[in-house]
Amino acid sequence: MKKICLTVVGLYFSVLSAFSQQYNVDTSSYKNTKLKLDEVNLVSGYFNQDGNHSAVTGGIGTQQLNDVSNVLELKFLKQNDRNNKYTWDMEVGFDHHTAASQAYINTSGASHTFGNRFYPSINWQVEKSNGFNFGLGTSLSSEVNYHSFGLNFSAGKTSKDKNTSINFKGDVYFDKVVMIEPSEFVPKPVETSFSTYTTASGTVITDGERERVRIPRTPRNTYSGSLTFSQIVNKNFQFALIAEGVAQNGYLGLPFHRVYFTDGSEKIENLPSERLKLPLAIRLNYFLGDKIIFRSYYRYYMDDWGIKAHTASLEIPYKVSPFLSIAPFYRYYIQTASPYFASYGTHQLTDPYYTSNYNLSAFTSQYFGINFRITPEKGVFKIPFFNMIDLRYGHYSQTTGLQANNIGINLRFK
Amino acid sequence: MLTITAGCASVKEYQKNKINDAEMKLNARKVEKTELNFQSYREGASGANGGKVGAGCGCN
Repeated sequence: MKKICLTVVGLYFSVLSAFSQQYNVDTSSYKNTKLKLDEVNLVSGYFNQDGNHSAVTGGIGTQQLNDVSNVLELKFLKQNDRNNKYTWDMEVGFDHHTAASQAYINTSGASHTFGNRFYPSINWQVEKSNGFNFGLGTSLSSEVNYHSFGLNFSAGKTSKDKNTSINFKGDVYFDKVVMIEPSEFVPKPVETSFSTYTTASGTVITDGERERVRIPRTPRNTYSGSLTFSQIVNKNFQFALIAEGVAQNGYLGLPFHRVYFTDGSEKIENLPSERLKLPLAIRLNYFLGDKIIFRSYYRYYMDDWGIKAHTASLEIPYKVSPFLSIAPFYRYYIQTASPYFASYGTHQLTDPYYTSNYNLSAFTSQYFGINFRITPEKGVFKIPFFNMIDLRYGHYSQTTGLQANNIGINLRFK
Repeated sequence: MLTITAGCASVKEYQKNKINDAEMKLNARKVEKTELNFQSYREGASGANGGKVGAGCGCN
């Protein structure tokens, strides 16, 4: 992995020389503009899945899940008299889900099956007239059993003819996992004095009065850096190369995932406290004739948990008219298993790490569907500023038996 | 990479009407946000696609 990292760094410095051209920008015709709302996006989605390998119940049991998500994005823009563009991008998201397996965190099947997630973020970026760009951002995410705080920065350079660009993005996330364990691992009510009890749900009862105690939280940190090189090859063809390195440490499992061993005993999953990931990807987009576009993507992935994976996808937008495109898409994915994975009741007690989470098993998946994009000249339903609808449906299937459907819509006002 | 760059035609701004088409963008669509999320949580691999890289719960 070190060799690959050094190669990527070497490529970065070699490409910098491609940007050694001098800019001579005439700024006399540029004016300061006030900060204005440039674009509003509303992205909503509905996702449902079903399968029979839930990690909550040790690799067997329902994976039935429904999720509704909504994200509102506001993009503000300002330009100064040196033709520098400043962008503020604010997002707020809200998800609601129901998950059947969540009920079995309590062995009685009586736990809540629903949850909500709230995730705002803000990003600032400046694109300078000399081709440099720089950005900063922060994000929060909160749900009942997980909290995340993220910071990011980006920097890049576009060549004078705007045909070549290189960008770096760094992200750090400081997360907290709330240690909600399956009910059989929570100590039974303990009498700590004549009138004080602690129940399995963490409630302290003193003289008949209930007091909620704080469930412990454990950190999970993620650090990632990605480098993207993009190039216009000719007037119909462009591509991008993406290299990313991700390091994680802390508690990387989930406290309510059960594992059953060959002798019938049961524990909470145990995974290493560090993980290194290295995905490398290429995107190739080609405009064939006047109506057909090929959007292709390939990614190779490896990590130090023993997973190697290939992802390939192809989407072919067909322009029915300048204002309507229909794009069928297909994605194929294959991965090897992590040695830490074993199915229900097959782990050995001597295994140092163990999980029955099927996303670490060997499988292939397929995802296909269709995307409609409508961009009427006079606005959607002739409403001014309502200038785009992107509607997308896909069906997902894994060889583990997991089946899912996803529908999304993006309404853009600009 | 320099060889690739050197081998590319210099495309002028007025020749970029196809390159600048919204469908030609070299990143995922905004509407793909939810599917990138569920794929990163249901599969072992993630990253290099504009989606999540491991932060976040994926609890369900």
